Amino acid sequence: MTDEIGAIIDLRKICMTFPKSSGEPLLVLDDINISIRADEILGLLGRSGSGKSTLLRIAAGLIRPTSGEVVYRGTPLTKPVEGISVVFQTFALFPWLTVLENVEAGLDALGLPRDQARQRAQDAIDLIGLDGFQSAYPRELSGGMRQRVGFARATATRPDLLLMDEPFSALDVLTAETLRTDFLDLWVEHQLPTKSVLMVTHNIEEAVLMCDRLVILSSNPARIAAEIPVTMPRPRSRLDEEFENIVNNVYSVLTARTIASLGALKQAGLAQPLPRASVSRMSGLIEILAAAPFGGKAELDVLASSLSLDVNDLFPIAEGLHILEFAELKDGALKLTTAGNVFARSNMDERKRLFREHLLRFVPLAAHICRILQERAARTAPRTRFEVELEDHLARHEAEKTLQAITAWGRYAELFAYDDKTRRFSTIARAE
Amino acid sequence: MEQHAELLRGGVWHPRTPNWRDLAALVLIVAIILLIGSGARQMLAPIPAAQQPEISLSPAVLPNYALRTTMRMLAALVASLLFTFTYGTLAAKSRRAEIVLIPLLDVLQSVPVLGYLSFTAVFFVSLSPNRALGVELAAIFAIFTSQAWNMAFSFFQSLRTIPYDLDEASRGFRFSGWQRFWRLEVPFAMPGLVWNTMMSMSGGWFFVVASEAIAVGDLHIALPGIGSYVARAIEARDLGAVGWAILAMTVTIFIYDQLLFRPLVAWADKFRYEQTAATVVPRSWIIDLFQRTSVLRTAGESIGAATQAVARARFSTWPFARPLAGRRIPSRLFDVVWYGLVLIAIVYLGWVLVRFAGNELSFPDLLDAVRNGGITLLRVAVLIVIATIIWVPIGVAVGLRPRLAEKVQPIAQFLAAFPANLLFPLAVYLIVRFHLSPVIWLSPLMILGTQWYILFNVIAGATAFPTDFREAANTFRIHGWRWWRDVMLPGIFPYFVTGAITASGGAWNASILSEVVSWGSTKLNGGGLGAYIAQMTEAGDYPRIALGIAVMSVLVVATNRLLWRPLYAYAERRTRLD
Repeated sequence: MTDEIGAIIDLRKICMTFPKSSGEPLLVLDDINISIRADEILGLLGRSGSGKSTLLRIAAGLIRPTSGEVVYRGTPLTKPVEGISVVFQTFALFPWLTVLENVEAGLDALGLPRDQARQRAQDAIDLIGLDGFQSAYPRELSGGMRQRVGFARATATRPDLLLMDEPFSALDVLTAETLRTDFLDLWVEHQLPTKSVLMVTHNIEEAVLMCDRLVILSSNPARIAAEIPVTMPRPRSRLDEEFENIVNNVYSVLTARTIASLGALKQAGLAQPLPRASVSRMSGLIEILAAAPFGGKAELDVLASSLSLDVNDLFPIAEGLHILEFAELKDGALKLTTAGNVFARSNMDERKRLFREHLLRFVPLAAHICRILQERAARTAPRTRFEVELEDHLARHEAEKTLQAITAWGRYAELFAYDDKTRRFSTIARAE
Repeated sequence: MEQHAELLRGGVWHPRTPNWRDLAALVLIVAIILLIGSGARQMLAPIPAAQQPEISLSPAVLPNYALRTTMRMLAALVASLLFTFTYGTLAAKSRRAEIVLIPLLDVLQSVPVLGYLSFTAVFFVSLSPNRALGVELAAIFAIFTSQAWNMAFSFFQSLRTIPYDLDEASRGFRFSGWQRFWRLEVPFAMPGLVWNTMMSMSGGWFFVVASEAIAVGDLHIALPGIGSYVARAIEARDLGAVGWAILAMTVTIFIYDQLLFRPLVAWADKFRYEQTAATVVPRSWIIDLFQRTSVLRTAGESIGAATQAVARARFSTWPFARPLAGRRIPSRLFDVVWYGLVLIAIVYLGWVLVRFAGNELSFPDLLDAVRNGGITLLRVAVLIVIATIIWVPIGVAVGLRPRLAEKVQPIAQFLAAFPANLLFPLAVYLIVRFHLSPVIWLSPLMILGTQWYILFNVIAGATAFPTDFREAANTFRIHGWRWWRDVMLPGIFPYFVTGAITASGGAWNASILSEVVSWGSTKLNGGGLGAYIAQMTEAGDYPRIALGIAVMSVLVVATNRLLWRPLYAYAERRTRLD
């Protein structure tokens, strides 16, 4: 993927580290090489927290990578430049400027004469279907209209490269669909004044629907896990067999990566990060899996669409079940284990007991907390004690997430109690 | 002593523990004030007292006086705004500047406003060869000190909390520093700034009245204005004239609010960052007037277009051009040099202070000041408790009736803005008339003007109290004391703390005026630190003024850090659901 003819921008050997709280560097992006060609929409897919937004900001010149370089028009990119503009997930509109002023603000840096700037802004507004809203303030608009302003502002500068950071994920399903279709129509008709697009998303169907090529990132640290070309003609249908195959393929890549990293982390003891999965969501998923039509096993893409959950919601729950061995993730499918089936049939007390057993057996941190509490005369320990310990192994937010998960799981399992006022864990007397 | 901007904005507050910086900043400020004050005193030996304009007690002069007073307020407002934009920007954009500027601001906030007056009056009078202008400057500076710190803090906080996506958008679209300042930073800070300005302005009236009739040592000056009018009325024991002054002040504040602040608040509403449409849009008949009258509208639009053009220009001047601090890797060497310089300056000024204090002050002086401080501290504490007992139930009762709250809220805000010192003569008259003990009966005066902050914050809290909680409490038939303890008090607690902080800060400030009051030749002294500072000011005893101010600042900072901030943090933690 190096220096091909027609590349608009080249990301070469990009690595990014952030300092951990202990001061050690934490690798987030590892040796990423991507080149974006003219006339393509490139999709960057990955789980949340995989570093794909960081990568987009590096491509925008907003962040400097720790090592590696971004080459745009033959020169290294060190700061935002004229030919690249960004559409933000949260729209990033200035609430005190009207629609027209917002679009014009994007042109400020070009130093155009006032008339010309106004004309360009007006053209962009017309193109994106915002005519009539020029004098409205962003807060008067619906989410979809706001993101249209975001598109108009970004395209008014006539960029070579349009960077889109999860542009539809803050919108409801119907609005997102409309906006996607409108965007694709303009793209297919070559009406958008941009040469190519890099889009970050975690929505697999959206990526397959829109992109010419998908780059899938693995997590912790992000590496390129796979590159999948999508050559289906537009407009694409979700019902197409090829469409389904590609979606399935992407799920398989993602689960394979997840299983590999979960397996590796299992050996890591306390360094095992826990997903943000509540007990009620895990129980819910077990029940749904156990019942008809799934009967114990389901493909993730089927599960995702039938529950209308996206990858970011579904994966943590599936991971939680996988870690606790109530279910197994394999080849893009989730299958209940024997324990999972028993759990589904049990009453509340039995579920708690089963959950407690699995928690102690498969989550070293749970056993560790219990042991520490037993060792202490007062049978209590401050939360910070474990925070510090976890931060030796994990990034701060990972450590926090893990502690939150273990606190919720441990409370449910009645393994230990936690008092938020004193921020201390303690043992509880259990009626067996 | 204006209280912390971020509280008034209702923002998030991360409590800090006291550290060496606060102490260092305190040393710095007291020393500088002292240097300026004593330096200026030497520069100004003879003071021609004869040139002063005579203050008339005829009600007919009051409109003119009210105008003069208002002009001072406006001038101070402009000065505060300039200060805010420069100081706040510098502190937010340079990590090194922040280390010095923010603790400095913290201490500047806790120095009693009238304390500045004692020192700066002489300095400003000496600055200007035209005496009237110098005195005007002194009065304006006193008002400036009552609002500038607060505004600068608010601006600094806003710059620090600029949403990440807007920051990225402005960098992505390559705004120049100048464009960024006017397109992003000032607009984003605007609602907080206007709100803070309005709050400080309430205090401003109090100080403008106090600073017009200045008496420091041998320097006696009366500027034409409502404050001097009242001072003259007190001298002449003219209760009728006091009544006229109160009327004039009421009208002035009302007009000021209608002509300046209502339009400002309505205008600032468009800078709200929340993307949801407001349920109640602030309105102002002035703005409506401008928008509906074609001549005025054209004028307004051309001004608007001109400011737009200025904001669009791509000037790039330091310090605007800098990105926010903390994103770049600092140079070690420069850091060392910088901290070294700061340290040297602190040590030098500390030495100046110690030498000065050693010459002029003795240990018993310190004990005396601290003992007086204890008295005032006790007063403030007792008064806050009493005000709480009175106003919390009333505030809750009002707040739960939205229609009533709508009517009471502006009245409470007006009362907070009204300079309570205009009412002091009435109280003194009563105390003298009924031979009451000044030690006890002068005390309520210090909270007369600031208790309203408790009231209107509690009203706001009760109004914002979620209806479903109230309904839940009703369903489970939670009544009486349990209702207060489990339902309502936790609900309004953060609001109450905000109000109480402002009220106690205001009470400390007021103590300088309220612990010693006079009526003609009768002088009542209630004792306490305020009285101590007031007496030393009258005597022109600079070392003891400085001592009194320093003790007061320390007490204020200490109560803020040890009581209010932890309380506020607790309130915030406890009442959060996520």
